[in-house]
Amino acid sequence: MEVYLDNSATTRVFPEVAELMVKIMCEDYGNPSSLHLKGVQAEQYLRQAKGSFARLLKVNEKEIFFTSGGTESDNMALTGCAFANRRRGNHLITTMIEHPAVLNTMRYLESVGYRVTYLPVDVCGRIALEDLQRAMTPDTILVSVMHTNNEIGALQPIAEAGALIKRINPNTLFHVDAVQGFGKAKIHPKKMGIDLLSASAHKIHGPKGVGLLYIGEKVKIQPIIYGGGQQMNLRSGTDNVPGIAGFTKAAELLYEHYEDDVKRLYQCKHYFMDGLRKLDGVKLNGLLPDRPDGGGTAPHIVSASISGVRSEVLLHALEEDGIYVSAGSACAARKPQPSVTLKAIGIEKPLLESTIRFSFSVYTTAEELDYTLRTMYGKIPMLRKYTRR
Amino acid sequence: MFAAFLIKYAEIGVKGKNRHLFEDALMHQIKYALKKCEGKFLIHKSQGRIYVDCQGEFDYDETVDCLKKVFGISGICPVVYVEDEGFEKLCDTVVRYVDDVYSDKNRTFKVHARRARKDYPKESMEINADLGEAILNAYPEMSVDVHEPDILLCVEIREKIYLYSETIPGPGGMPVGTGGKAMLLLSGGIDSPVAGYMIAKRGVKIDAVYFHAPPYTSERAKQKVVDLARIVSAYAGPIWLHVINFTDIQLYIHEKCPHEELTIIMRRYMMRIAEHIAGETGCLGLITGESIGQVASQTLNSLVATNEVCELPVYRPLIGFDKQEIVEAAQKIGTFETSILPYEDCCTIFVAKHPVIKPNLNIIRRHEHNLDEGIEDLVKTALERKELIVVEIE
Repeated sequence: MEVYLDNSATTRVFPEVAELMVKIMCEDYGNPSSLHLKGVQAEQYLRQAKGSFARLLKVNEKEIFFTSGGTESDNMALTGCAFANRRRGNHLITTMIEHPAVLNTMRYLESVGYRVTYLPVDVCGRIALEDLQRAMTPDTILVSVMHTNNEIGALQPIAEAGALIKRINPNTLFHVDAVQGFGKAKIHPKKMGIDLLSASAHKIHGPKGVGLLYIGEKVKIQPIIYGGGQQMNLRSGTDNVPGIAGFTKAAELLYEHYEDDVKRLYQCKHYFMDGLRKLDGVKLNGLLPDRPDGGGTAPHIVSASISGVRSEVLLHALEEDGIYVSAGSACAARKPQPSVTLKAIGIEKPLLESTIRFSFSVYTTAEELDYTLRTMYGKIPMLRKYTRR
Repeated sequence: MFAAFLIKYAEIGVKGKNRHLFEDALMHQIKYALKKCEGKFLIHKSQGRIYVDCQGEFDYDETVDCLKKVFGISGICPVVYVEDEGFEKLCDTVVRYVDDVYSDKNRTFKVHARRARKDYPKESMEINADLGEAILNAYPEMSVDVHEPDILLCVEIREKIYLYSETIPGPGGMPVGTGGKAMLLLSGGIDSPVAGYMIAKRGVKIDAVYFHAPPYTSERAKQKVVDLARIVSAYAGPIWLHVINFTDIQLYIHEKCPHEELTIIMRRYMMRIAEHIAGETGCLGLITGESIGQVASQTLNSLVATNEVCELPVYRPLIGFDKQEIVEAAQKIGTFETSILPYEDCCTIFVAKHPVIKPNLNIIRRHEHNLDEGIEDLVKTALERKELIVVEIE
């Protein structure tokens, strides 16, 4: 039995998406920038894509831009706005638990002279609005806060933060990295004070290598990629038509049954957490104190620290039985250093290296969760027996 | 411009009646090294020399890089072939050759001509003098030094005329395949690939054994070992990599023996298993990357303990090397970058905080008796489930 519980790393592509992409690659392969009919046909997919995302996000079509993925969207939002608004100030605010795509872009901006404030988070991984308020200065040109944390599933108070920022300084831009949240929550930038929003296709059963950046029409931003002037001169490069069309299809399919799916994901999460609680020495991370059922956190992410078992060993032990999970987050797993997020929420050292992330998708079944729990009940006592002494 | 390489070899030259065996092995290895190189090559022996003729288009730099990995080669001379169209024409060509290869003319030179074809109208000494004169006329800054010239310009008169003057140093050593075969204990670390390289350099073919311990070591750790074997195989020829699943043996030792002795006892079993496979595949020795005192299991006392379990000689080419020297060698061979990828290998997963550094043989033997009940079966199973991966250059 193969059980894929690493959907925060990437997801299986919906068959309809793959089918559509094959058709585009083999039949409608024109370049939307070409003048002939083949180009026009390809351009239709782009129009549809923009229209579709504009409807989902309740924004204008011309505010939708396609990129090579979440990382590029984050880079473009932060660097593009920082450079274009240099005259207005040189201060940026973000959180301590952002994805490396944001954190390392911020580090780069620091190296070229910007000042960055990193907001701390509480034990549940949430920022405090008072901290945000205190950090804001007249020099603050942009605030970037992730929607859903990729490691522990913490949800940030986005709408409240957006309102607060706009109340203090309507000119301060608000960027939201919604790579983990898009498809799992309704996000309407204009109602939430969001000026820029990043999303990625491969986290929602679309292809890898394509993402989007919503850029509010009043936002002053400059390109970070130069070339043939595609996408209103803001993001040059031949449009990734099959990728963009696949992304669109995936988003449409996902938002069709969105409410039922999210409800089911919460049920999965609740059920799985109850199962984990039956093991000794398990600590579930990021839960709200008054919501042991997982409410108020991401529906698809469960982070658990299992004492006495190194996460990498447990990961490989589960892999032997066809179960795929993550040690920390996939992007961090290639580096031996412990995760920033886990440290920021105050997890003690021995548990840092014993933290496993399970992440679900619409394909996850109760049977798979039972199988995973049974496997863990069987293996963990054995793994605890053999450790370094 | 260059159309061939003259291969110079060092130690083979002194071999006696079996010299042809060494030469054939060298040609075989050259063929292997050039297999994935762009271009078509004809490797042939002619009057006691090995030539690599490049037929048609070829990538000069890539070819030289490949040849530099063939043990037994002491020097690689890029050769220009010239049609014999009279001596005048030869003078012109030689003068042009000097200009093409040496932009800085402020050097000394000597012409060294050899006539393999004795019907050539001029004798060697005459050729030397006349060509030297032509060069001096063309480039007055150059001067002749017959004792220690900067440039030794060799002119060989054969069917065609061969011109060469540059010698690119080769790796030295002996052609792989002339020295039997040995079994390398290959981990994912920095040392063992270097050890394998060094023994292969003496003409020894390499088999390797890797101890895999899932779930404690990952698929990526295994892939890393395959990648390391592949880098070494660019020098050593195809490597048979035997992968042993060591987990159950390791856990059994962990359960039955004192923790401080785990690494030593584990290594004793690795040696036993390696020797067993070596016997099956005709290997005449074991190779390890040990260096005295580097870690607890590599003190002289520990080496006594791991050495005594096998009868085959154990070759430890790095025994007197400092870590920094090994690192430098690994960088030169090209294994270092891969070796430092952060995947755990089976030696480190259960390592004790304070392992024994001076193990007492009697005590180790006694504690090994704790394993009597089940270890034979575990070793047998591990050998039965051995996986074989044949690794060669891509």
